[in-house]
Amino acid sequence: MLMKWLVDFLFRSSIGRKVVMSLSGLFLIAFLVVHLLGNLQLLASDGGRQFNLYAYFMTHNPLIKTVSYLLYLTILLHALQGIALARANRKAKGKSYAVSSNAPVSAFSKYMIHLGMILFIFLGLHMYQFWLQMKMGNAPVVSYPGTDHPVQDLNALVVEAFTNPFYVAIYALSMLALGLHLWHGFQSAFQTLGLNHPKYNGLIHMVGKVYAAFVAVGFAVIPVILFFRQV
Amino acid sequence: MELQLKIWRQKNADSGGGFEVYRVKANEHMSFLEMLDVLNEQLIAERKEPVAFDHDCREGICGACSMVINGRPHGPNQGTTTCQLHMRFFKDGDVITVEPFQARAFPVIKDLVVDRSAFDRIIQAGGYISVNTGQPVDGNAIPIERDTSSLAFDAAACIGCGACVAACPNGSAMLFVAAKVSHLGLLPQGKIEQDGRVQKMVAQMDEEGFGNCSNVAACEAECPKQISVSNIARLNRALITVSFQSS
Repeated sequence: MLMKWLVDFLFRSSIGRKVVMSLSGLFLIAFLVVHLLGNLQLLASDGGRQFNLYAYFMTHNPLIKTVSYLLYLTILLHALQGIALARANRKAKGKSYAVSSNAPVSAFSKYMIHLGMILFIFLGLHMYQFWLQMKMGNAPVVSYPGTDHPVQDLNALVVEAFTNPFYVAIYALSMLALGLHLWHGFQSAFQTLGLNHPKYNGLIHMVGKVYAAFVAVGFAVIPVILFFRQV
Repeated sequence: MELQLKIWRQKNADSGGGFEVYRVKANEHMSFLEMLDVLNEQLIAERKEPVAFDHDCREGICGACSMVINGRPHGPNQGTTTCQLHMRFFKDGDVITVEPFQARAFPVIKDLVVDRSAFDRIIQAGGYISVNTGQPVDGNAIPIERDTSSLAFDAAACIGCGACVAACPNGSAMLFVAAKVSHLGLLPQGKIEQDGRVQKMVAQMDEEGFGNCSNVAACEAECPKQISVSNIARLNRALITVSFQSS
């Protein structure tokens, strides 16, 4: 009874389906901050010691492991629900107009599905390159004095990948797509939940734009810096 | 002024349609609809089928006129219905493309006329207040805070024309439903039935095949009554709250 109501609300009601997009989006927004702060350790000039120990912690702490599986589910939910909504919306619109409108709209809002698709494909590459290689134990193993266990050298995998300008370009462009997706997505999540008020709307919009720029630029500069360190 | 009109012609709901090009001489004081009247007189004189379009009050308050002019519902001007759009906003020699509102829930009946009865069914689902007939109660007998009444009146300006649906890339009716829910639910007389109203109107909206809001805000830009998307946030909030509370 409760389950049926919840499933109906979250996957059938137009507003409920958007609530799923909003809440999963906000969870991913929070995750990106943690991920970026972790990744910035790649820039430490210590041969990767700090980053590798951090990666070991993140992949061995049971609480974080649990959250990471929740994260994978959230990404899938956000992507699949987004695709389902885009398909339903396209059907509801029917054909488009002969003349396209130049009315002012929320920037990039019409391209959320396209940007999302780019990000989903990017995630496939990203997970294959680093997550899967680590899971399969394909990364070299290093020991650091002061730690009692050897750790996988994820830093080496990352540094190696970004000697290739092709990957640097793909990562930087994908992060541009991420920034544009968040530019609309951040404030849109609040609007969908009904969290709006004339007093705070300006703040929400501003924080969203600053956040989007910070995350996109933050992630994009890492491969660029790593590339130029090696040339 | 002489204009070239590219108008969508469609015989009925089942037939396919296409654009036809017409030349019409108008003057700048005419409204867009009066310019179409001139065209239709011309077509009738030539023993051709006149262009069908919806219109009624021609004062910008009934919500009957529709059509998409150069890609924009009700034309290029903000806060203006098609009937209040005057030809002085166009230039001599302009090519103007005129299409019907586009959404699956608004099927074309003929030419520029679409079936907007989905809106009527949404209203029938809950867009009203139940009152006993008889002597009307004095409106000023119930005190209402100034800010609240302003919000309700702003939402009540909705004329139900459907430009929001026509403008939305998702064919969503959220701005219309949000305006009705805000207008009724903010006032004491409408508050009593608000929870059920929100659920029933949203359910009917979904059933009619309208799309899902993705906060593009094209509706707000095109609304001839400039209804704010903040009403959509209010509707979201109301539906989420009532969904989790109701039995």
